[in-house]
Amino acid sequence: MLSFVAQRVLKGVIVLLAIVVLNFFLIRLAPGDPAVVMAGEAGASDQVFVKQLREKFGLDKPLPEQLFIYVKGVVTLDLGFSFRQQAPVAKLIGERLPATLLLTLTAFAISLALGILFGTFAARFAGTFLDTAITVFALIFYAMPLFWVALMGILLFSVTMDWLPSFGYETVGANLTGLAHAVDVAKHLIMPAMTLGLFFMATYTRMTRASMLEVKRLDFVKTARAKGLSDAVIQRRHVLRNALLPVVTLAGVHSGTLIGGAVITETVFAWPGIGRLMYDALLQRDYNLLLGVFVICSAMVLIFNLITDLVYRLVDPRIEFAS
Amino acid sequence: MKQFWKSMLKSPSGVIGLVILVLAISVAVFGPMLFPNSPWRMVQRPFLPPFTLSTVPLGTDALGRDVFAGMIFGARVSLLVGLVSTLVALIVGMPIGAVAGYFGGRVDDALMRFTEFFQTIPSFALAIVLVAILQPSIYSIVTSIALVSWPPVARLVRGEVLSLRTREYVQAAVVTGQSHTWIILREILPNALSPVIVLASLMVATAILLESSLSFLGLGDPNLISWGYMVGAGRTVIRQAWWITVFPGVAILISVLGLNLIGEGLNDALNPRLSREGR
Repeated sequence: MLSFVAQRVLKGVIVLLAIVVLNFFLIRLAPGDPAVVMAGEAGASDQVFVKQLREKFGLDKPLPEQLFIYVKGVVTLDLGFSFRQQAPVAKLIGERLPATLLLTLTAFAISLALGILFGTFAARFAGTFLDTAITVFALIFYAMPLFWVALMGILLFSVTMDWLPSFGYETVGANLTGLAHAVDVAKHLIMPAMTLGLFFMATYTRMTRASMLEVKRLDFVKTARAKGLSDAVIQRRHVLRNALLPVVTLAGVHSGTLIGGAVITETVFAWPGIGRLMYDALLQRDYNLLLGVFVICSAMVLIFNLITDLVYRLVDPRIEFAS
Repeated sequence: MKQFWKSMLKSPSGVIGLVILVLAISVAVFGPMLFPNSPWRMVQRPFLPPFTLSTVPLGTDALGRDVFAGMIFGARVSLLVGLVSTLVALIVGMPIGAVAGYFGGRVDDALMRFTEFFQTIPSFALAIVLVAILQPSIYSIVTSIALVSWPPVARLVRGEVLSLRTREYVQAAVVTGQSHTWIILREILPNALSPVIVLASLMVATAILLESSLSFLGLGDPNLISWGYMVGAGRTVIRQAWWITVFPGVAILISVLGLNLIGEGLNDALNPRLSREGR
């Protein structure tokens, strides 16, 4: 088990390094000489200042050396400086990360729980009206653009019914503490998390349904039935456990999409996470910040993939760790 | 081929999907001819509600531009970006997968690590970064969507080629001294096409969603109107004018739904072995 984890972590680190290198070249692709751009952003553009900036950021050095300096910086969590926001990129991201984690993890939990639930129901009652209804709903949610679902949610629940707040993380100026604050944040969280979760819920519903119908036909289920096990036990212990494997794989594959979805959701709901930060960086063409967020997003996906890999190993009845 | 159409028309999702796609393509191709209102021109007062004037059936936006015209012209951009970027992704992904599966060994390892690397990068975030850096235009949008969507193609083709490579007719081709290129192109790939076609139809749907999301964030081609851009532009005035955001979103939903249904229909028709229970 330990060697497996070590191997996966090592692989993840290599991939992350490759992404950092890619990032370095993407920065060089950005329009304009970085030093001139930085000078312009800092509000000065005389030659001496530009030269100073070049020296400070090592832009006068040969490319391989620049690359080395950049990678060294990222390893020590120095992602550069955002001149637009007048703060180090790492600090800006650090401030916003908790909100994004809260949003994505809640959305992930909702989508997984509801997706497996609906998928199981659909498979259990395959061919009935319930199955058709669930399948059609899943198809529709699967085809809806996220930003549009978010806006329709606002239109319905904020504008028309006035049930939920349409933007932000908490009520501005309310200065709530303790439980009242938690309730306030939860109220703000419901709509963004549901929006982000719906698409994935649809995916997991379809996957769970298909996978359960597939597993049901296998021989070991017949054996279990022949042994005289009750239907409930067969469904839960034999069918569902095996049917969940592709769902776990899918969850890993989709972690990148989840982060991408967070950019859209946070933008629409003004949720103060790194997705919103990415959008702001985009509007201001703040490339340092944009690429910094990109590296952190990639790291999050890698970590998430590692976790799903471990979960897969734990759930899969065919793999037993010698411990 | 006849057999294919027969089974395609037997699957209800395939039929519904085909009808939607034909409709969407006709709107994209003929719509602008029949409905020549420019989507950028002011035609009426701003915020004209829908269903009040027959000349502007879906109302106007914050600048008095025709929402219906925008939807018709937007169909062109969405479908074009969806199709072309999928095509480019296939052109990139298929050779990589075919070479990896056919030659195996080190080549396979290297190419698959490369593919996995691209698959790990969060695709939407990469697309945003690429379009922002290359500057928004229809070319940069197609390029970045293709660049984030080719890995599944490569993996699928690799798997197919891997299993076809050991078949007797391929071995026969090797024995008769055919070149590798000939064998891959003429003997193997044609037989690996059906799952690729299914995947491609789903990729077009994903590409349309990606394009609309990019345009929504303000990364669309500034010279072309698109559904995502319209929703993005209407977002700030959603409290006064719901129709500006609702209608283009419905258009996206219907086209993506249609393509997904076609994907299911194709799957049932081309891989009857895998078709779902109860059919």
